[in-house]
Formats: sequence, structure tokens, C-alpha cells
Amino acid sequence: MIYLQLFLTFLKVGAFAFGGGYAMLSLIGESVLSYGWMNEEELLNFVGVETVIPGPIAVNMATYIGYEQAGFLGALLATIGVVLPSFIIILLVAAIIKNLLKYPAIKTFIAGMRPALGGLILSVAVTMALTVFFGIDTIKTTAISFDWRSLVILTVMFAVPMIWNKIKKKEFSSILLVIISGILGIVLYGI
Amino acid sequence: MSIILQLFISMLKIGCFAFGGGYAIIALLENEFITKRKWIEHDEFMDVVAIAESTPGPIAINVATYIGYKLKGFLGAVIATVGICIPSFVIMYFVSVFYERFMDIAIVAAAFNGIQICVVYLIASAGFKMLKKMKKTPLNIAAFSVTCIAMILCILLEIHVSSVLFIFAAGVIGLLAFIVKTRKAKGEKK
Repeated sequence: MIYLQLFLTFLKVGAFAFGGGYAMLSLIGESVLSYGWMNEEELLNFVGVETVIPGPIAVNMATYIGYEQAGFLGALLATIGVVLPSFIIILLVAAIIKNLLKYPAIKTFIAGMRPALGGLILSVAVTMALTVFFGIDTIKTTAISFDWRSLVILTVMFAVPMIWNKIKKKEFSSILLVIISGILGIVLYGI
Repeated sequence: MSIILQLFISMLKIGCFAFGGGYAIIALLENEFITKRKWIEHDEFMDVVAIAESTPGPIAINVATYIGYKLKGFLGAVIATVGICIPSFVIMYFVSVFYERFMDIAIVAAAFNGIQICVVYLIASAGFKMLKKMKKTPLNIAAFSVTCIAMILCILLEIHVSSVLFIFAAGVIGLLAFIVKTRKAKGEKK
């Protein structure tokens, strides 16, 4: 039954995909290809589109494949499937974390993970920046180009929150910044 | 406004504008719940992100679930999780229906060219914020820079290594350093 299959497949993805969205893609890819729900090319195209849809990659993926295979109910079941494991696990973790942190061993373990996480996040930004600003995806990229329009937008991204902070003494809303960048994109790339 | 309603609306809002996957969403969650609302301490948030990274499932949802639970228990967890999922579900659902035509719209593609840059900015500033708040011990600096450089190289050289590996390794090293330190302290007492 396709509904059950969708639910169980995405339940599995949700339960075993460590490391967030991009790690999930490989796991989802395996299942999707093996069931013949998508072919390789469709999967790649989808990943491209996916990056422009807001929200967690896994949820978008589940919604799309669920819809393609079995309509609204399919989309709903796949989405619930992919979210459920992490929901339950985090609930358990949240319920015991206060007590767990009493043990110095666990506390130092978690504290040790923190700086690595910061480094990881910065590395994501750096590699994304290489792609967005210079068109460099991997070491093999030969066509390096620089796009002045991206520099204009980046300057605005830096300037607006800084000026806002000086005048209002308040943090600028990141969501508003996303909207501004979209408008700038339309003005600079679309016209 | 009740805290539950506020939580739900905040999560909906973040879900609507969370372009660029997990880390971008974490940057938005940080902006909303730590900087703006001050509902959660920065250190606690970092612990949660570390835990979210090392438990399965979408990182952003893990963090949202935790924030909800922390604020209002089980109900809060449900509200936060559903709230952050609804926008992407609805948007993705409609995109699925019009998938073929959606990306052909030039203006949509142009807007996303701009948004990509904002996503890079948001993720980078989240990274720098963590660097700024980090205690600058040699071990922490090493963990930060080694992970950062290694992950960049892995991506450029197309080596597939799970980021969880680095996070876990850093945790283990932190633990080992702690054990060595306490051993030494005990030794000195004797």
C-alpha cells in the first residue's frame, strides 16, 4: 500500500538521518531511487528547486514525493513520518537534559561539541559563499567568475543591520533581511 | 498574547522565511528567541543545537521542538513543531502542483538569486556569533578551526564525510581533556 510505504520510508529517513538536511538527501535519494519514485535526473532537479523553497529540506522533500506518489494524503503522511522520530527523540532528550547536565562528564562532552559546531556552521557559509560569489563548487571548477551584483547585495546585508543597530539599538529582523534581499534580487537580476 | 500563541506565530513566521536549509533556520531561531525575545540563554541554545546535530532528524525541527518543550512542555513542543512545518508543507504542496511552471517565472528566479546571498550572510553571522561567544581556550579554538577548515576541504574535494563525526570527535576530546585534568588535580592532592 502506497500510503503505508510512504509513511514507513520517511519514518526511516527521519529516524536514521544524522547531521541534518544535506545528510538526509543521500538517505532519501537511496529510498526514492530504489522504489522508482524518481529517477536520478529528477532528483537532481528537485534538489535545485528545493533550495529556493523555505523550510527544512527533509520536510519539503517528503511533501513533494508524497504528493507526487499519492496526492494530499501522501504528502501529509510522508511529512508526519519524517518529523515524528525527531519529535519523539527531542522530547525525551528535553525531558532528561536537566538531569543529564548534572554529570560533569556529559556536560564537558556537550561543551566540547560546541566549538566544533560553530566551525561547522562557518564552513557551510564559506562553501556557500564560494558558490554564490565565484561559482566555485568543487576544486575541479575551472570557470571562476565574479558577480558584482552579489557584492552589492552583500554590502546591503551588512549595512542595514549595522545602521539599524546604531540608530534603534535593536537587532534587525533576519526575516526582513530575507525580504530585502529578494527585492534586490528582482531589481538587479530580473530587470 | 499568550505565550503559546506567540510561540506558534513566531514558528510560522520562521517557517515562511527559512530559505537555505537547517543552518539558516537556526540563524533565524537564534535571532527570534535569543536576541529578540530572550526566552532562551545563548549557552543553552548552543547545547540544544549540538544535541540536535547529534540526534537524527532535521536539525531545525529538533531545535524548534526543544524550544517549544522548554517554554510550555509537551503542548509547546507540538505547537512549535507543527508551526515550523506548516509553511513549508503548504508552500511545497502548491509548488508540487505547479512544479513545472514555477521555476520558469523569471522574477522568481531573480528573487532567489538575491535571497541566496542573504542566506550566506545569515549563516556566516551565526557562525561568527558562536566564535565570539566561545571561551577562547586553545582546545576550543582548535576544535573550531579544525572542523571549519576540514569541512571546507571535504566539500571542495568532494570527500563525503558526515559532519556528525567532527562534532562527536570534539565532544570526546573535550571529555578526555576533562578526565586528564581531574586526574591531574587528584594526583596533586595526593
